[in-house]
Amino acid sequence: MNVLLSIRDMKTSIGQYHVLHGVTFDVREGGVFVLLGRNGAGKTTTLRSIMGLWQPSPASITFKGQNIAGMTTADIARLGIAYVPENMGIFGGLTVQENLILATTKGRFDQIRLRRIYELFPALEQFWSKQAWALSGGQKQMLAVARAIIEPRDLILVDEPTKGLAPSIVAAMGEAFREIALTTTILLVEQNFNFARSLGRDMAVIDDGHVVHRGTMADFAADSDLQGKLLGLSA
Amino acid sequence: MKDSFGTVTVKATMLVIAALLLFAPFLFQDIRALEVAARICIFIVLVASFDLLIGYTGIVSFAHTMFFGFGAYGSAIALKQMGPGWDAVAAGTIAGIAVSLVVATAIGLVSLRVKAIFFAMITLAAASVVLVLASQLSQVTGGEDGITYRTPELFKTATKLAVDEDGKVLRWFGVKLNGKLAAYYFVFATSLLLFLLMLRITVSPFGTVLKAIRENEARAEAIGYRVVAYRTFVFCLSAVVASLAGSVYAIWLKYTGPDTALSFAIMIDILLMVVIGGMGTMWGAVIGAVLMVMAQYYLRDLMGAASEAVASVGVPFLPELLAPDRWLLWLGVIFILLVYFFPRGIAGTLMAKGIRK
Amino acid sequence: MDTISDTLGRFGGVYLLPLALGAVAFILMGAPSSWVTLTIAGLAMGMMVFLMASGLSLVFGLMDVLNFGHSAFISFGAFVAASILAGLSGWLEGGWFLASAALALALLGSIAFGLAAGLFFETVIIRPVYRDHLRQILITMGALIVSEQLILAIWGGTPFTVARPTFLEGAWIIGDVSIEIYRVFAFVLGLSVFVGLMLLLNRTRIGLLIRAGVENREMVESLGFKINRLFIGVFMLGSALAALGGAMWAGYETLITPALGGEMMIVVFIVVIIGGLGSIEGTLLGAIIVGLTANYVGFLAPKLALASNMILMMAILMWRPSGLKPAVK
Repeated sequence: MNVLLSIRDMKTSIGQYHVLHGVTFDVREGGVFVLLGRNGAGKTTTLRSIMGLWQPSPASITFKGQNIAGMTTADIARLGIAYVPENMGIFGGLTVQENLILATTKGRFDQIRLRRIYELFPALEQFWSKQAWALSGGQKQMLAVARAIIEPRDLILVDEPTKGLAPSIVAAMGEAFREIALTTTILLVEQNFNFARSLGRDMAVIDDGHVVHRGTMADFAADSDLQGKLLGLSA
Repeated sequence: MKDSFGTVTVKATMLVIAALLLFAPFLFQDIRALEVAARICIFIVLVASFDLLIGYTGIVSFAHTMFFGFGAYGSAIALKQMGPGWDAVAAGTIAGIAVSLVVATAIGLVSLRVKAIFFAMITLAAASVVLVLASQLSQVTGGEDGITYRTPELFKTATKLAVDEDGKVLRWFGVKLNGKLAAYYFVFATSLLLFLLMLRITVSPFGTVLKAIRENEARAEAIGYRVVAYRTFVFCLSAVVASLAGSVYAIWLKYTGPDTALSFAIMIDILLMVVIGGMGTMWGAVIGAVLMVMAQYYLRDLMGAASEAVASVGVPFLPELLAPDRWLLWLGVIFILLVYFFPRGIAGTLMAKGIRK
Repeated sequence: MDTISDTLGRFGGVYLLPLALGAVAFILMGAPSSWVTLTIAGLAMGMMVFLMASGLSLVFGLMDVLNFGHSAFISFGAFVAASILAGLSGWLEGGWFLASAALALALLGSIAFGLAAGLFFETVIIRPVYRDHLRQILITMGALIVSEQLILAIWGGTPFTVARPTFLEGAWIIGDVSIEIYRVFAFVLGLSVFVGLMLLLNRTRIGLLIRAGVENREMVESLGFKINRLFIGVFMLGSALAALGGAMWAGYETLITPALGGEMMIVVFIVVIIGGLGSIEGTLLGAIIVGLTANYVGFLAPKLALASNMILMMAILMWRPSGLKPAVK
């Protein structure tokens, strides 16, 4: 299968702090790729570097065969990458509709995609003209994900979507991701290992700015020693 | 740690400047040179106290002249109302400090709590309100004309510090030992003392905390330093020092008015001095003050001469641009270029040179 | 913790402030005719200050850029408009149509100047110091000094008399209330600009982008929009509005000096701090409050006029540290 996103020895500094010391992994087309790791290991920085929100070392990121390191965030987004940040990045003063229409390229909705979003997240249809700050945490997360798929994208970067959500909503979110992954590749950063295991096909573990493990989720899930060693999970 | 070459250069320059200021009355024997030397002393303190704020906490105040003015007007009003005694000097100075402290605390608590960027706007607004008040309350402040007054007996030019056999003023190396000399050394000594005090503060543990806050505010807060309290304290401290400098300057000049103590032009001077010299070094204040005051006194004359020269040759437009009135235009341009290209100023750039990595 | 209805109530609440202010002044004055005159003067001043302040507020909201040189646009706008009117003084006496044309040209001239100066300022002065507040404050301050000196060099330091069309001179007398025509004109023009801005922000895609950008710049970029281009546009618009505000103010004062911008800047700062940086409604609210206060206090206690705005700002900051109606962040 084709490699969609290839990261080679990516180094990123924020101010005077070196956060990533050389991150290398490949994301294949289709399915969910999970990036695991402890707090502060560099997962969020990896996503932000791909998105161009931090400046990574030159020529370290290839997307669809094109070097995107050093491009502006807007240009990277236009190549077909969507980003769902950890804080969701919802525009609270805008309505649900306005949040979504802003994410379309032409300023109007493709009715087929919109219907699909309503099916995935019925709450969004219900609160269509409500200002986004008034939504619940789970609804905001749904809006953030919906915004990422309102246009066809090749890759979605999602940062800890289950953080602080109730278990029922986490389950619904998992369903949604499974469906989205049928047509779009997802690079998921996750602390919730059970959630990650249920979705992931390939995975990598990041620690202290390095990738310390790469493989398939099936192998990793079966190796509880490795999990304990890399993630500090008790078996 | 061994000092780098640049640091040695800066420190050697400091020694030379200190020596020149110490012997100024003997080295440059004319009234104007002494005026320049005294102004340099005062502005070193004023700019260093501003540097304490901008260079060590990273917040910009446009009200520094206001505190300078509180001190100057405090002394001036007291000397005018109470007569030329030391009691008036003390009362005026203390009153100036008290007003500065109250105003600084009020501004600090309201605006530093909110957002650092508000601080610059609020201090600017406060300073302009005080400027207008000073010209409106002309019964007390003398309005636009300012106040002239007499200072203690010791500082009168006619006062003889020592006499020779004929009862005339004793001369040392050709310099009259009169009250003017005493006044100059009063200015020099208080300025040196205040500067050394501030220097001591910056190398104390307190100074280290300030640097930590400047480098990374969020981190300093996380470690447990109360950033707002520190900032408000530094703001008050710098206000008090500025106020003291104002009092001393008022005693030296025997005149206080908006142009010498309160106008926005002085604030611009202070900004220029601190940026030219280098923020966050203390030494930068010395270099900036020396260069700017010298330029103010001598470069402006040069501009006037150049403008006339160009005009007599018949070059169009240039005379207008070189006129001494356009002085601020060029300073503004230089200021912008400096902030772009040498944000560390002369002292900072020099001291960064030759540091072994 | 506040409930949503509490928050809503409070948000509605701050809009009542100008009304409360008017009511208090009415009681203190006890002279209805002066009250009406002063209220109209306050509203007109508020609208002109709103023009000057709205750009500063939006620019800060969108890019976190605080432009201390903003008052240069106000001064230049005033002097450009005054110069155009002086140049067309023949038109001003040539009947209703020519006089209107001269006025329109003067206002358009200041707007055009504001657009061009804004473009220059953004690309040359501000661009290199994005995200560095300390240097931003210093550099824009430096630019302000240079601009003021340029105005001095071009127009000289002596006060400049502003000609204005005769149909804007004088006052309407209704009963014992006198209403200056120019004030009504200023109010109507300011209100139209406000309505236009609200339509732009709430009804267009560009406006949607601006509102989103004020909240979260990075996310707008992550959706594929180049925020820097948007920012240049907003900066130019803000500069043009400031210049228009300056031009209107010149007509209001009829005698202008290069110090005009600096004096108005203090008022503008107070307005955006009171209103909350980044929000147009907040800026309008702050401007109206400041305009009314300045006129009422100027009548009731003239000595306090300037300090009153300062005290007002301090009080509001104590009560609401982010201003009355800040943009959602």
